[in-house]
Amino acid sequence: MHVTSPVREPLIQGGKTYADVTEDICRHVEGKPTKEWKIAFGISLLVLAYGTCCLAWTWWEGLGVWGLNKTVGWAWDITNFVWWVGIGHAGTLISAILLLFRQKWRTSINRAAEAMTIFAVICAASFILMHMGRPWMAYWALPLPNAFGSLWVNFNSPLVWDVFAISTYFSVSLVFWYIGLIPDLATIRDRATSKVSRFMYGTFAMGWDGSAKTWSRYEYISLILAGLSTPLVLSVHTIVSMDFATSVIPGWHTTIFPPYFVAGAIFSGFAMVQNLMLITRVVYKLEDYITLEHIETMNKVITLTGSVVGVAYITEFFIAWYSGVEYEAYAFINRATGPYWWAYWAMMTCNVISPQLFWSRKLRRSITFTFFISVIVNIGMWFERFVIIVTSLHRDYVPSSWTMFSPTRYDIGDYIFSFGLFFTLFLLFSKYLPVVNMAEVKAVIRSTSAQLPKKIAGVAKVRQREAASPLFNKDIE
Amino acid sequence: MENTNKRYWRGLEELRNDEKFIKNAGSEFSDAPTENQYESLVDGAGTHRRDFLKVLGFGMAAVSLAACETPVKKAIPYVNKPEGEFPTIANWYASTYSEGGDYASILVKTREGRPVKIEGNSLAKDSCGVSARVHASLLGLYDNEKLRGPKKGDDTKVTWEAIDKDITSQLSQIAAKGGAIRIVSSTILSPSTKAVIADFTTKYPTTRHIVYDANSSSAIVKGNELSFGKAVLPSYDFSKAKVIVGIDADFLGTWIAPDTYSRQYAETRMVSSAKDGKKDMSRHYQFESVLSLTGSNSDYRSAVKPSQLGLVVSSLYNKVAAKLGGKAIATPAFDAPNLDKAASDLIAAKGNALVVSGINDPAVQVVVNALNNLLGSYSSTINLDTPVYFRQGNDVAMNEFVEEVKGGKVDAVIFYSANPVYDHPSGAELAAALPKVALSVSFNDRADETGALVKYIAPAPHYLESWNDAEPKAGFYSLTQPTISLIFSTRQAQASLLKWAGQPSDFHEYIKAYWRKNIFTQGDFEKFWIQSLHDGVYAKAAPSVAAGATFTGNVDEAASALAKKYKATSTGIELSIFENVGIGNGAAANNPWLQEFPEPVTKACWDNHASISQKTAKDLGVEQGDVVKVDFKGKSIDLPVIVQPGQANGTVAVAIGYGRDKAGKSANGVGKNVYPLAAFAGGFLSFAPGEVTVTKTGETREIAQTQTHNTVMGRKSVLQETVLSHFQKDPLAGRFIPKIETSEGPVDATDLSLWNGHQYKNHSWGLVVDLNTCFGCGSCVISCQAENNIPVVGRQEVINSREMHWLRIDRYYTSDAEVGDYTAMEVASENPEVTFQPMMCQHCNNAPCETVCPVLATTHSSEGLNQMAYNRCVGTRYCANNCPYKVRRFNWFKYFDNDNFDYHFNNDLGKMVINPEVTVRSRGVIEKCSMCVHLIQEAKLTAKKERRRVVDGDVTVACGSSCPTNAITFGDMNDPESKISKLLAVEREGRAFHMLEEINVRPQVSYLTKVRNKDAAPMAEAKKEHKEHA
Repeated sequence: MHVTSPVREPLIQGGKTYADVTEDICRHVEGKPTKEWKIAFGISLLVLAYGTCCLAWTWWEGLGVWGLNKTVGWAWDITNFVWWVGIGHAGTLISAILLLFRQKWRTSINRAAEAMTIFAVICAASFILMHMGRPWMAYWALPLPNAFGSLWVNFNSPLVWDVFAISTYFSVSLVFWYIGLIPDLATIRDRATSKVSRFMYGTFAMGWDGSAKTWSRYEYISLILAGLSTPLVLSVHTIVSMDFATSVIPGWHTTIFPPYFVAGAIFSGFAMVQNLMLITRVVYKLEDYITLEHIETMNKVITLTGSVVGVAYITEFFIAWYSGVEYEAYAFINRATGPYWWAYWAMMTCNVISPQLFWSRKLRRSITFTFFISVIVNIGMWFERFVIIVTSLHRDYVPSSWTMFSPTRYDIGDYIFSFGLFFTLFLLFSKYLPVVNMAEVKAVIRSTSAQLPKKIAGVAKVRQREAASPLFNKDIE
Repeated sequence: MENTNKRYWRGLEELRNDEKFIKNAGSEFSDAPTENQYESLVDGAGTHRRDFLKVLGFGMAAVSLAACETPVKKAIPYVNKPEGEFPTIANWYASTYSEGGDYASILVKTREGRPVKIEGNSLAKDSCGVSARVHASLLGLYDNEKLRGPKKGDDTKVTWEAIDKDITSQLSQIAAKGGAIRIVSSTILSPSTKAVIADFTTKYPTTRHIVYDANSSSAIVKGNELSFGKAVLPSYDFSKAKVIVGIDADFLGTWIAPDTYSRQYAETRMVSSAKDGKKDMSRHYQFESVLSLTGSNSDYRSAVKPSQLGLVVSSLYNKVAAKLGGKAIATPAFDAPNLDKAASDLIAAKGNALVVSGINDPAVQVVVNALNNLLGSYSSTINLDTPVYFRQGNDVAMNEFVEEVKGGKVDAVIFYSANPVYDHPSGAELAAALPKVALSVSFNDRADETGALVKYIAPAPHYLESWNDAEPKAGFYSLTQPTISLIFSTRQAQASLLKWAGQPSDFHEYIKAYWRKNIFTQGDFEKFWIQSLHDGVYAKAAPSVAAGATFTGNVDEAASALAKKYKATSTGIELSIFENVGIGNGAAANNPWLQEFPEPVTKACWDNHASISQKTAKDLGVEQGDVVKVDFKGKSIDLPVIVQPGQANGTVAVAIGYGRDKAGKSANGVGKNVYPLAAFAGGFLSFAPGEVTVTKTGETREIAQTQTHNTVMGRKSVLQETVLSHFQKDPLAGRFIPKIETSEGPVDATDLSLWNGHQYKNHSWGLVVDLNTCFGCGSCVISCQAENNIPVVGRQEVINSREMHWLRIDRYYTSDAEVGDYTAMEVASENPEVTFQPMMCQHCNNAPCETVCPVLATTHSSEGLNQMAYNRCVGTRYCANNCPYKVRRFNWFKYFDNDNFDYHFNNDLGKMVINPEVTVRSRGVIEKCSMCVHLIQEAKLTAKKERRRVVDGDVTVACGSSCPTNAITFGDMNDPESKISKLLAVEREGRAFHMLEEINVRPQVSYLTKVRNKDAAPMAEAKKEHKEHA
């Protein structure tokens, strides 16, 4: 039994009944696409189309269309990859770790956060493919039985670990998300009026019957998946960080990377969740479900992880000096004062200074400010990866090879591609699937609603007005 | 348990134990239909229902394959195998490279009848080294833009017979009326060719042969004539010199015979850490305006403006004369840094000293000769009795010729390997006057700047398709033999001249006849001839010893000429024109290898630049990349600025050889032609014409440099150097030996390891690079490029830092900044010391690249090599990122058959240069130095066939074999008898170091510390240095 302390702020506003929840969430799934959605979707598709053209040219012509060179072998590609993977951390963190910690506030946001995770990981994976010189050989990175003799993958290579980590993370996240969707899909199926949607939602609901046995299995599998995902939250970015940490390049070869990367990932993931939820909340009128309380809680997580990241930055500097290693020391001096000083200070400002403003309760609860800071944080986190990758590589051991990197339109275009892909997928999700986990919200209404209606199982307020004599829900009046 | 005795039968058959039932009892489908039940009704052997998908799949595949047109590759087998030609087995031929006075005796490697590589001929003692230019001349053979046949006006369909008829009749007419016929050529080393010209002259007596060199040394010949009555270029022997003073003479890079001089000079620079090893070095002073390759390698270098360089010579003479009892000369007093020191060192080394000057001014040369005479050089380091013939040009005669043409006094002119419209200062005037000449013929292989203006082009083949001979030095001969049959309808210039002179035009027979008559007069000539062809060289006389000479020159006269011309003070900006190590005089500019070859000092390519010193740049308010107008008396060129440390303040330097208009795709429009800005002083070509104005145009042009960071940032584990006196006391001087602190006290960086190491049971290949004898000439860079099919990527891609060279030469300048002040450390000194460091894959034993490749595309061999399997590479570039030496190269694009990279890999002729032993890499894969693994493999196979082990000397890597100074030693470190093992045995506790030792990657490549022969730093500084080490 979940017990909520009376001192906690209520999580659901507006005296919702179960039926209200169903109605509020399903309305968008069942209704016609709104004009705003169409415009947003149109823009996303255009962006995706432009990005796809850039990507197609990159693959056709070769990676030379990017700004990389003999010294800087990775730049925007891996920056974007790590950035998207980082963003992809919030979903699983919210659904798995917060589930285990019994943080009920997660119920309103976990669905969208998980969807975001999946799309972000897809975007990240696209950069893995993109950055390869011969992407059509990408399957060689998988330990598949083959006819090439004794050829196998190199289990020493962090890139192989990456392949395992990302694919595991993606599949577990996808399953977790999908399992969570099943009760809601069944709800939509049951309410569906057209044959097509009944069939589609029915198919994906996998014969959910809502029986106590089914619910019990559902609860179990959720818990098991949460248990499985929890180590993944930590492992994925740990392994991503090892792409750098196991190398010999000063600025990469750092034992602090795993925790530092995980904190950074949660940091940027929460910021991205904030951005998406703040928009969804307004567009879909979900203010009662995603309340200021939610926003504030997430801001607190952002401040915490931002501080962890800040401490990590400072620790890196300390170690660079304390280690007495000439190359390490120079790598960090070069970050702060070298030709890419602006990237470093952009990172420091965005990631270390800006989240500290959330110590002010007023700012923490300001929606505009939260949105602004969340964008800033994601810019900062992008720069963090850029700083780590590019400024470490561009001046490493042998000064004769030192050079600069500057992006071309294809570096930018391929990044834009991932935005197009992400938003297209997210908009499709927000239209055709319930953006809030109805089943879980209903499960917490009783304990966390601000004004609990007398009968929380009732006909939705809207329907009450519409339907003079409802055919269902005999409980009414 | 319940009662289990109850039984059910599947049928009566089971109950009855039918034989048929028992047989089928084990199978799942007991009464499965047998195969033949499904036989096709049509032919009895048709398809099975269960094979449907198989057949469908095959059908689809077959249809789609049939739909693809199979590309037609023309590969023609040997129906009749040529004698001595075995497919996949290379044949080597001795030959000679001689282009415009540049000479090298070479070996040509041919595969299936086509030359694929040039190496030095070790039988030619004097010129064994092969420069970058010689290596690259191979690609000139496969230049797709050469003329396919003779050309008359614009008609390229004309036949040889037709032009022969035309030319012969016109020549006869001109000769009959006494009209002037002129043959204009660059230096001709071939005695047979000279005989041909003599024969031609006999036939047409109004013929005069005019020789000029674009990079003239005419004044040295004149100077020797004035001083000793011998109009020759002497042989210099740098190996005997203990003190060398170079005054504007880039003898390691471009001056006269740099490969020969490099080898001799290297002998004096070699040191050994062995107890009784050689521990002395020559001391080298250089006075020059431009930081040349030679200046970069000197011990003391002073930057002097061109208008003062003459006074360096006279002041040095006076200082030496004062001590050695010579006659003082009256010239303006001038003092340059290090001048006194140079003088006292020269005096101390009397008899083992050498002063050389490249200033093309007879007055200067007379004083230089007088100086050398005082120092006794003519009986040790300079040999006037065995002259060299590398520069036979006569500037005065050439100028007369230009005047003649302008005056309409020439009726016929024949250009033989000469392009004066491009490379003579009066080229424009000649171009204007040339159409007036009744008969003009060029033997050049294309319609170049001169060729485009002549009436007939009778293209001569490349030297690799030709017969020829050469006499580089009195009494020394060498032969050129064809290594491929004629590619186009070309004819050797000599054959053409013979034909027009009405003689048999077989030049091969002509050379033989000439040799029989003049060179090998007694004995079995055929045997001698075969032997000479095999050896490539023949020395008629034993090398003579420098026997001294009597100086009869008039130093006072020279001094007064000198005093008139050179001024002790100069305020304006002076132009200094120099020759670039790669492109040279520009004759072979249409060579993508050379265009992309980074100039050893600036590391710039694909352009020439206005190079100015840091201070002058500041004074002029210009930065690197700003385009400036360099104006000399109304003649101007716009060039991007390169800020060059070490250049004399108040000078601007521009390289010749660029700005071709009609050389071909790779050369046209690359850089600007600076020849028109050169001047004549007293009839002699001067590359220091005088003061120019330099103005900013406001435009900028990016500079393609393969290295953009100039200083080593105080990184002692990258570059280790010392001075001679420290080295003599302690062979470990200058070494940086990193220690790592542990709880048990400090240990060597290589003592701590997570690695298991490798066992090399058979061979362990390695390289040792001696930084003391590597002068940075870059011969290895092109040699490697030719050997390993390295693509050319073009100017923009070099700007994008994507050049593909597997071997690069890092060039570092010293900085004056305090260690720790990183911003200041990035700036080179005004007059920096320079170090060259060849960098190839270090073949690490604990290779960072090997662990990170996800697909095992790069692995370790059992012989110490880091191998790259291109076919397995998916192109993540992690290996390149993780390479501490940054030697891995990625194929950003497809560099062959790609119009964006329209170099030799984009046409069938150009692709003939491809070494069939080395894969041409596809787009998207990483490549890098393989330590010429294909050559190692070849040697191993040969040894195996001969049932023996590979021994030292069986195989040498391309960089090692091409090094003119043997700075790169390759070999098996497991073989105690190998050169490399012996060298390392001595140097391991001495000069040998691994670069970046503290990261413990344990390379197979070692470097030997650079030792400079300069005075040790004053005590205070030395102490500080010592402290840093501690």
